[in-house]
Amino acid sequence: MDTNNNFYTIAYATLMVIVVAVILALASSLLKERQERNVELERKQMVLRSVHLAGKANDAEDKDSYIEQQYAKYITDSSIIENGKELILYICKLDNNKKQYIIPLKGSGLWGPVWGYISLKDDYNTIAGAVFDHKSETPGLGAEITTPAFYKQFTDKQIFDNSGKYVSVQVVKGGAAPGSKHQVDAISGGTITSEAVEEMISRNVNEYLNFFKSNLENN
Amino acid sequence: MDKKIFIEPLFKNNPISVLVLGICSALAVTVKLEPALVMTLSVTIVLGFSEAIVSLLRKTIPNRIRIIVQLVVVAMLVILVDQILKAFAYEVSKQLSVFVGLIITNCIIMGRIEAFALANKPWPSFVDGIANGLGYGIILIAVAFFRELFGSGTLLGYNIVPASWYIKNGGFYENNGLFILPPMALILVGMFIWVQRSIQKELIEE
Repeated sequence: MDTNNNFYTIAYATLMVIVVAVILALASSLLKERQERNVELERKQMVLRSVHLAGKANDAEDKDSYIEQQYAKYITDSSIIENGKELILYICKLDNNKKQYIIPLKGSGLWGPVWGYISLKDDYNTIAGAVFDHKSETPGLGAEITTPAFYKQFTDKQIFDNSGKYVSVQVVKGGAAPGSKHQVDAISGGTITSEAVEEMISRNVNEYLNFFKSNLENN
Repeated sequence: MDKKIFIEPLFKNNPISVLVLGICSALAVTVKLEPALVMTLSVTIVLGFSEAIVSLLRKTIPNRIRIIVQLVVVAMLVILVDQILKAFAYEVSKQLSVFVGLIITNCIIMGRIEAFALANKPWPSFVDGIANGLGYGIILIAVAFFRELFGSGTLLGYNIVPASWYIKNGGFYENNGLFILPPMALILVGMFIWVQRSIQKELIEE
């Protein structure tokens, strides 16, 4: 058979595209439910990690249901309206009845989106914890923002300086000043991603400041 | 016959150090050992199956659109692998996310399909794909081993260099920042090629 005539070529291409499309569509619709569940579980796990309540998830016998339970026990999904915009705010009620406020973060890194969660203690100043994740930062460089070595630095930092000015947290190339309450070390070789994290925290937290201020005054 | 197809790509006819294919991803994913391992595994699987599929179709593929047909096969396999990982091994799929695009464009895949699968039966093609994936992986893992060890002082994320050795802790040692930057991968691959050429004299051009 002549495989080079026009009709055969066009028919072959058409058939191939249809077959591949059917296979991929089938795979996508069969796997969609599981994939969405994974994404949702990951979000819950990250929220929990930002308040240090997901620590035992990897040792748990059934990790998924452990996360679901912890989330249902401690976290309340909530939101506030600021300048006509709805902002998501997760509220975590600890065992000692203290509250922590978890702010979702969204920003752009070097190659794609970066995101994360940062939790504040009820003084609305001290950071209880932070976690970050990314879509496509360079492994070993920018992607290091997901490692404990990086995100643990944020714990116990403060977002206001002594005069009450909002300073957020600075990610400093070459190393934070020892004992600084507002600085953390940047990642060597991952400067742009580190800066993206700094910008993301500063911008996202800023939107909640009015709400925090009025809450503080009301108490 | 099958044995030779399997052994040669591992060293004597290695896709990276002899055919110089797939260099781009060898530079990109070798900062740490773990992504290098994941990349090796995915490329090996995709390469094996795409060579087998193209080889099965080889007598029917119209010559004028053969590159397109090959690309569609490779792209479909990569998307399938990605979808399945997302559903059943979410953690691995997150690490892989950056590299999925790189697998489709990996020159080894198109190179081996063109050079081998179009002229051979499905089983030898499959073996050739697996072997070339592993040959690629050997170099990737070797490069990643040195880069992670000297660049970060860790292997697979575990600390190898004792913390007390570091200058900031009063020691004498400092990680070499050059190792985590792409040029060092190129230098290391160059050194492997140098070693290989001094062992295999027949590779040296006149």
